[in-house]
Amino acid sequence: MKMPLQFRVNGEDYEVYVEPWKTLLEVLRDELELTGTKAGCLAGECGTCTVIVDGKAVKSCLMLAPQAAGREIMTVEGLAQGGKLHPLQQAFIDHFAFQCGFCTPGMLMSSKALLDENPHPTADDVKEGLYGNFCRCTGYVKILEAVLAAGAKPRG
Amino acid sequence: MRPFEYLAPKDLDEACSLLSKHRDEAKILSGGQSLVALLRQRLVSPAYVIDIRRVPGLDYIREDKDGLSIGALTTHRTVEISPAVAKRFPMLAEAEHRLAHRQVRNWGTIGGNLSHADPGGDLAPSLMALGAEVKVVSAKGKRTIPVVEFFTDYMVTVIEPDEIMVEVSIPYLKAGSGGAYHKESIRAGDRPIASVAAVVSLDGKAGIIRSARIALGGVGLTPILAKEAGKSLAGKKATAAVVLEAGAIAAREAQPTADVEGSVEYKRHIVGLLTRDMLNLAMARAQSK
Repeated sequence: MKMPLQFRVNGEDYEVYVEPWKTLLEVLRDELELTGTKAGCLAGECGTCTVIVDGKAVKSCLMLAPQAAGREIMTVEGLAQGGKLHPLQQAFIDHFAFQCGFCTPGMLMSSKALLDENPHPTADDVKEGLYGNFCRCTGYVKILEAVLAAGAKPRG
Repeated sequence: MRPFEYLAPKDLDEACSLLSKHRDEAKILSGGQSLVALLRQRLVSPAYVIDIRRVPGLDYIREDKDGLSIGALTTHRTVEISPAVAKRFPMLAEAEHRLAHRQVRNWGTIGGNLSHADPGGDLAPSLMALGAEVKVVSAKGKRTIPVVEFFTDYMVTVIEPDEIMVEVSIPYLKAGSGGAYHKESIRAGDRPIASVAAVVSLDGKAGIIRSARIALGGVGLTPILAKEAGKSLAGKKATAAVVLEAGAIAAREAQPTADVEGSVEYKRHIVGLLTRDMLNLAMARAQSK
């Protein structure tokens, strides 16, 4: 049976009717059509489905949709503002930090949560914050460089 | 996932009454970092999911007179970065630090982790070695269970179908005591090849081991208290030889099976080495206090 679910995604209020056995990932992709968040392993291993919930990076494949009620969600679609890329997105481009790109939304959201908590991380901090995100092209060095570059910039 | 009825009790009383009504047909959801994966794989298909995430009053870390009390709904990340945990039980903060990934620690809870009872879980060995207890409640009342008596079989605990875990309490270490935990794994955050927790109490002046408790993870159907290994150290002078011997005993007490993480022989070997290293680290910490 469907139940109402009210939450805020990328600054917009939503009310959708969902079956409670859907995950947040399924609701984002199938109901809200925010397909930037990727469905990877669906077992909490790979991190491609990472979104930010109330300021913290979580794996949306492991969160039942009803648990998102009343919460503030940010997906990769919420990063760019007014047609301008988020500094992290720009850094990923500048540092060639993606190959196939499938892991990128999750990498960006884990990085965003990391920088929000720790604006100027060390290389070890970034590795620590991102080890729940797999890149099967194994482009980790470029990703690390991009996040460090975004973290080195003064943030306003 | 198979369909289920979703129930979100507003407090612990309501959660208990729902659970006493639905018992085996219900599963409790807190962070869901293990349960949601099991639901998706249809390894469990409950008729009811009782979501206690928003039940108030179960998310805390409290420094009581005799020990640290942690509410069952406290997230791993909160335990990991808690100054009280760092001060009292650095081994627990270290265990949390290598539990899965940041995202999982942000949403998963200590009560869910223990109730899920994965034998490779990161918290049970330390809690066993530290002599921790868990509190569970039901509509009928409450009871306290030592963590060493909590696990009975593969992913099975002594929790009754109508009970909910509400707290983990850990007695403070006495002066001259120290603890250490390490998980050997292929990558940080993976399930263990083997993990070992050791807590040692020293008789400071004489360099004698008063008592030692050693617990093993990922090498049996449940986490294992290596009783004989711990006993072998009591009253002995802390030499390299007795520590090595305790490692050999712990390796025999382990009951690993061969899998992708390694052979039986290899896992026993790792248990022996980790036991030696964690005993040495625990004793160094005991002396520095």
